[in-house]
Amino acid sequence: MPKDHGIGAAQKRREDVRFLTGAGQYTDDINVYGQTYCHFLRSDVAHGKITSLDTSAAEAMPGVLRIFTGKDFEGIGGLPCGWQVTDKNGDPMKEPPHPVLAQGKVRHVGDPICAVIAETLDQARDAAEAIELEIEDLPAVVDMRAALETGSAKVHDDLEDNLCYDWQFGSDQAVVDKAFAEAAHVTTLELVNNRLVANPMEPRVAVAEYARAKDESTLYTTSQNPHVIRLLMGAFVLGIPEHKLRVVAPDVGGGFGTKIFHYAEEAFVTFAARQINRPVKWTSTRSEAFMSDAHGRDHVTKIELALDAENNFIGLRTDTLANMGAYLSTFSSSVPTWLHGTLMAGNYKTPAIQVNVKAVFTNTVPVDAYRGAGRPEATFQLERLVDKAARELGVDPIKLRRQNFIESFPYATPVAVEYDTGDYVATMDKLEEMIGIPGFAARRAESEAKGKLRGLGVNCYIEACGIAPSNLVGQLGARAGLYDAATVRVNATGSISVMVGAHSHGQGHETAFPQVVADMLGIDESMIDIVHGDTSKIPFGMGTYGSRSLAVCGSAMVRATEKIINKAKKIAAHLMEASEGDIELKDGMFTVAGTDKSVAWGDVTLAAYVPHNYPLTEIEPGLEETAFYDPANFTYPAGAYACEVEVDPETGKVTIERFAAADDFGNVVNPMIVEGQVHGGLAQGIGQALLENCVYDADGQLLSASYMDYAMPRAGDVPFYMVDHSCATPCTHNPLGVKGCGEAGAIGSPPAVVNAVLDALNHAGHDVAHIDMPVSPHRVWQAMQG
Amino acid sequence: MTKVTMTVNGKSVSKEVRGNMLMTEFLRDELHLTGTHVGCDTSQCGACNIHVNGETVKGCTIFAAECDGAEVGTIEGQANADGTLNVIQQAFQDHHGLQCGFCTPGMVMSAATLLKENPKPTEAEIRHYLEGNICRCTGYHNIVKAIMAASGQDVSTIAAE
Repeated sequence: MPKDHGIGAAQKRREDVRFLTGAGQYTDDINVYGQTYCHFLRSDVAHGKITSLDTSAAEAMPGVLRIFTGKDFEGIGGLPCGWQVTDKNGDPMKEPPHPVLAQGKVRHVGDPICAVIAETLDQARDAAEAIELEIEDLPAVVDMRAALETGSAKVHDDLEDNLCYDWQFGSDQAVVDKAFAEAAHVTTLELVNNRLVANPMEPRVAVAEYARAKDESTLYTTSQNPHVIRLLMGAFVLGIPEHKLRVVAPDVGGGFGTKIFHYAEEAFVTFAARQINRPVKWTSTRSEAFMSDAHGRDHVTKIELALDAENNFIGLRTDTLANMGAYLSTFSSSVPTWLHGTLMAGNYKTPAIQVNVKAVFTNTVPVDAYRGAGRPEATFQLERLVDKAARELGVDPIKLRRQNFIESFPYATPVAVEYDTGDYVATMDKLEEMIGIPGFAARRAESEAKGKLRGLGVNCYIEACGIAPSNLVGQLGARAGLYDAATVRVNATGSISVMVGAHSHGQGHETAFPQVVADMLGIDESMIDIVHGDTSKIPFGMGTYGSRSLAVCGSAMVRATEKIINKAKKIAAHLMEASEGDIELKDGMFTVAGTDKSVAWGDVTLAAYVPHNYPLTEIEPGLEETAFYDPANFTYPAGAYACEVEVDPETGKVTIERFAAADDFGNVVNPMIVEGQVHGGLAQGIGQALLENCVYDADGQLLSASYMDYAMPRAGDVPFYMVDHSCATPCTHNPLGVKGCGEAGAIGSPPAVVNAVLDALNHAGHDVAHIDMPVSPHRVWQAMQG
Repeated sequence: MTKVTMTVNGKSVSKEVRGNMLMTEFLRDELHLTGTHVGCDTSQCGACNIHVNGETVKGCTIFAAECDGAEVGTIEGQANADGTLNVIQQAFQDHHGLQCGFCTPGMVMSAATLLKENPKPTEAEIRHYLEGNICRCTGYHNIVKAIMAASGQDVSTIAAE
């Protein structure tokens, strides 16, 4: 019988009712009395000098309250970067200013120059048209290789060149060189990890109000981490102390990383509301989102694998150019380094690994974390490379992987991390069973009978989630702690509010988190509510990203609930005149071991708040506990994915016929939600592999700035997926044994798709070593023509 | 300004509107029916799907003035009379056909017209019909499954092989 309560139950989501009836409250649904509207005038060129800017005619337009320019932000902080990466020469990374509104220069299409505040949105837009602006075009820096050439135009005049940092990491040079010198075979691959746009369906929105009487600002914003925004904006940009600043992230319509970061528009509306003493609202259009939301990926890599005569992996080295865009977004610098280099061992016991990354400024939108963040880039390189090696050596790609699997844990990689648990053989066994390897030949014959080519692609993945141990990331350059926090407030009648630092924007925390607390206390989930997304209500937690919510914030919630249980047992012991050590809690009843004495959960909670018969000399009244949880290590979800494609040789069009995902997420609280997370990640990974591409032309014009040009995966582009998470090796260092499931699908799927396409083409006699993503019909067809 | 009169979720409403006011603005700003969402500006995403005279229409591509005299349905009017979820809404909850919820109103509105036109659609027909509804969270698996379930089809063996 499947469980219907507590940990492991596939409970239906309680939040669904409001979303299904139109009763969700997203930021754009919030309107504040006296609200004004903001419209940004953005750069339409990639790189230029502002030679004249006259707002006087626009300011005289109907309804216009004020027009702000870069001058209004002179002396006010720019947007900070949250991670300091150190160059291999020991210098800190280059960290040019990131102004809220352009200061004399524009550096990407979409860079905000002016902001118009008016009584209506139409009035603000009309007035923006009347701003007299002249920009002298400067040569645009777009291609990363060209950006690093001597004599290239510079994105930032005050820097020597366009290099943000040159980072090296992993085994000693001599160790890696020796492995390659001794190799029986070396496989080399050059590839691109295509630039993507996260595209949560809800565009970003920011509404700010200012209460002059109390000198308090409130910002409603589409954020995955309201406390992070409050800290960054308050302390580094606007100089507002935390206690005078409230940040609310209500229902948020998807994040996928791009709503982690602190954006100029949030700081601007908060600033402007104080200046004009009226609430200010900004709602992004989708077109605006394409040129102002941080983008993802955009790596160019050369990677090499050294194998010995028995096909054991003996060395790996990789050289990557990582696009930072025009400015450093909040966590941009950490993505190609610590979230990428540390994953280069993958599931394999390669003893010598070296990672080189040059981060490059270009005249493009800033690039930062997008679902997976660094880990999809690492996985794609490694798993494409292993497949290429198998083809070159004429060995089975699954066998080559199995031969090199890490099989004993804990395992310390040459790239700084220690995997606590895993069973890569088990997930591969499971995968082979799910995709049906023995039936593949028949399915291929069926496709061929229809005139189609068929291919099977497999890959493994490992990720580092549950971000992150604060002391470790501090050493690596993080400018924040990465713990999380929860407060469990038990009310007098026994109902519970749990205030959490994690933020739910689709992940189902409002359903899954109560399952954990209910399980621990033996009470019904309906007695428990989760409160999130409002800095005035929740403890200082770091929010939701990096598949961390349950592993980190959930652990804090467990710790706080344990404190509740400890105190409740003291109260129960007093009520039953028994020894605290003899008290047991089961199914919401406190009993005294070996007796028939009992008191109910509600009797104890009532006593805590009406302490007439209560051990007041020993413990305080009330029943509310907070815990902060700082993880001891990352968690390491891992698995194996397989994809079967059909390729139409006439057009090059690829169709996904079957997709199987065997994941190890450790313990699972709500399997329905976990499977949904995997499905969504798979669609994003398939989207990256087949459809999505963010494209700039040589002048830095963004060519893919709408859903007419940027191919989002639609229902007809994807199949039903086969997913499994039964091969669970629980995490050893958090109380729930959970690993995190939010990013796996997006990390693990792109190489399976590309490997499958290459298998189809090569089996049909086309000698194609690699096709860059997206593997569009045009690219496949071209590859088939040789 | 133009005066428009229409029936929205069974109630008659009359308002003075700008000639260029879109239905999305009319519903959200004038009637405070914020369940109709705006996810793009090129009529691609379908988060704003509403019913106009029984057909699914993108609320961002039709002016309020064009709906003068029309029968309009929005997500707020989809539940059963007693407030419980209707068959489609319930199937979305039962089969986890939504995550962040932003595209969901448009999905439910599209599903309703699909099932009216085609009471037992195949998987392929559902995927084709949803061409104008983008979801970024679910990977569509559970949306397609929910719509099949809402049409009375057995979904217990989907992807179970």
